[in-house]
Amino acid sequence: MFRALFDRDTWQEIFGSIQKNKLRTLITVIGVLWGIFIYITLSGASKGLDNGFERQFEEVAINSLFVWAQNTSIPYDGFRTGRNMQLKLDDQSYLMQRVPQLQYVAPRIARGVFGGDGASVKRGGKSGAYAVYGDFPILVKIASKDIFDGGRFLNQADMDNQRKVCVIGERTQTELFEKDEDPIGNYIQIDEMYFQVVGIHKFSGGGGFENDSDIFIPFTTYKKVYNTGDNVDWFAMAAYDNADVVAVEKDIKAALKVKHRVHPDDEFAFGSFNLGEVFNRVKGFSSGMYFLSLIVGIATILAGVIGIGNILLISVQERTKELGIRRALGATPREVRMQIIIESVFLTLIAGIIGIILGSFVLAIINAMTADNSGFPYANPTVPIKFILIALGLMVGLGTLIGLIPAQRAVSIKPIDALREE
Amino acid sequence: MIKIKELHKSYTMGQNTLYVLKGIDFDVREGEMVAIMGSSGSGKSTLLNILGMLDTADSGTYILDSNPIKELDETKAAIYRNKFLGFVFQSFNLISYKTALENVMLPLYYQKVNRKERQARAQNFLEQVGLGPWASHHPNELSGGQKQRVAIARALVSEPKVLLADEPTGALDSKTSYELMDVLQKINDTGITLLIVTHEEDIAKMCKRIVHLRDGVIVEDKKVKQVRASSYVE
Ligand SMILES: Nc1ncnc2c1ncn2[C@@H]1O[C@H](COP(=O)(O)OP(=O)(O)OP(=O)(O)O)[C@@H](O)[C@H]1O
Ligand SMILES: [Mg+2]
Repeated sequence: MFRALFDRDTWQEIFGSIQKNKLRTLITVIGVLWGIFIYITLSGASKGLDNGFERQFEEVAINSLFVWAQNTSIPYDGFRTGRNMQLKLDDQSYLMQRVPQLQYVAPRIARGVFGGDGASVKRGGKSGAYAVYGDFPILVKIASKDIFDGGRFLNQADMDNQRKVCVIGERTQTELFEKDEDPIGNYIQIDEMYFQVVGIHKFSGGGGFENDSDIFIPFTTYKKVYNTGDNVDWFAMAAYDNADVVAVEKDIKAALKVKHRVHPDDEFAFGSFNLGEVFNRVKGFSSGMYFLSLIVGIATILAGVIGIGNILLISVQERTKELGIRRALGATPREVRMQIIIESVFLTLIAGIIGIILGSFVLAIINAMTADNSGFPYANPTVPIKFILIALGLMVGLGTLIGLIPAQRAVSIKPIDALREE
Repeated sequence: MIKIKELHKSYTMGQNTLYVLKGIDFDVREGEMVAIMGSSGSGKSTLLNILGMLDTADSGTYILDSNPIKELDETKAAIYRNKFLGFVFQSFNLISYKTALENVMLPLYYQKVNRKERQARAQNFLEQVGLGPWASHHPNELSGGQKQRVAIARALVSEPKVLLADEPTGALDSKTSYELMDVLQKINDTGITLLIVTHEEDIAKMCKRIVHLRDGVIVEDKKVKQVRASSYVE
């Protein structure tokens, strides 16, 4: 069987018949090519969409969630309803202890974020109002901050020494500094107090209310400057990768209710936002798309294969006489079958490869067109080579099986009947 | 070379069974040149096809070159056809997309002869039938006589012991027919056994023996003095 594959004459016989049957060859090639092309383009594009969504979220830990305090809605333990809740700094260690699935808990406090005035910031003759955050260094584990070269984010020493340092946003820089000025090491005035700039963060889209004018200062400094005691506005948290974010969210709230003496059924005392859950939903959507495109792609391939089989069937009927002649001249049934099978495999393979090349080409074009558009959720549209090979293999394999039907017919009739056919 | 006994063959079409061969006994020795005659529908082609293993008989024995041919599977039959037999058909049966040379090379492909040798041998046989210069022509560029010579070269290239020809001159004018018979006689001179189906008396007389079929049986079987076709060809 394999001897025939490496025999130059086998190929001469096959090329002869491929050349002779130009229309059949063309239709076959187009059928397979189209199938593979659609498959690659479709699944590549949906993978690109998938990657795009992922990129939109990459600045934030995908398992992140946020909890803040609201007012109670159920009287409990001697307290009236409508009590103002306040998160405290020691909730951090309490939560870490009570909810083991939590990897990071970053207390945050801010002004000028949810209503209220921002801090008034001055530098030389320029001034403006900006949101100011009091943050822990571990915040970057939850929502990564892209810091420009030469700068840094807040660190533990800043915290320990309650340093008056700050990380400013890209926009803050352009609004307060001259174009050719390096803000690092320079001072700005925040609410009449001097802070040294230690870093500038790039604006990153996705997953938050922060923007490119935010100013970050150490939590400890914030608490001293604004006299906020142990108050925390909200916690930014990240669960471990394998944690069930919905369950973690429930556990957190339950723990906080115990510590702050809130009725267990009180759903209003603490508010939360679960980015992990949102992410999972988007993710589910895009992998649904991916799955769908896989099915459509495979269906297309199957349709292509059936088309090929049909064409081969017709062509064998047309060639019955020729095959009869070959048999009269001494071709064994196996040799006749082999010729037809090698022919069909060869055709589907060539067509498949051309389809792959064309599909990749289209994906490359789409990629180039969306490359510098970070707002559009589309990135790196790839199809794993494994899937391509499976698709190609499926096509060639099924093509062969279907090719076998006419081949079998061609050898199952008596040579004289084949010769009689016109 | 060929021994058949009590050969029967019938065709069934719907309700009707048509008995075509009703017990044929027939021996052909090596080197003979036999004409098979009979009216249209008498079963000449049927007999030849069974002898050529393109068709199967209902019953009877058939021995080819001392090999009993019975219930042979298709693979073995193909090998026998390739090794022992050569065919020439009334309608030539050349493969249209192959050149004359490629057509003649084809039986050698199934003998797994390498291409160079195939080419050389095929060219040699084309020259023997006088078509050397036409090697690279396709069948549609050849006359009927030329096509039949290509078919003869193709039948001979595998060096068969028996050449079976079903009305090889049926589609040719008489002059071309005689030229073709001249070629066939010369082939027979080299020792190859020839069976030729014909209903033309003059063609039959160019053989060494004439067998008459009527209603599925042999009614006459006689040796004749061979007329050389070369005497008609100048
Ligand atoms: N495949 C077939 N199915 C049914 N009947 C057939 C078949 N082949 C031949 N016949 C019948 O068998 C009979 C003998 O046919 P055959 O071809 O052997 O005749 P022949 O002697 O070669 O005739 P001709 O001189 O016209 O070629 C005819 O009546 C023909 O109709
Ligand atoms: Mg006939």
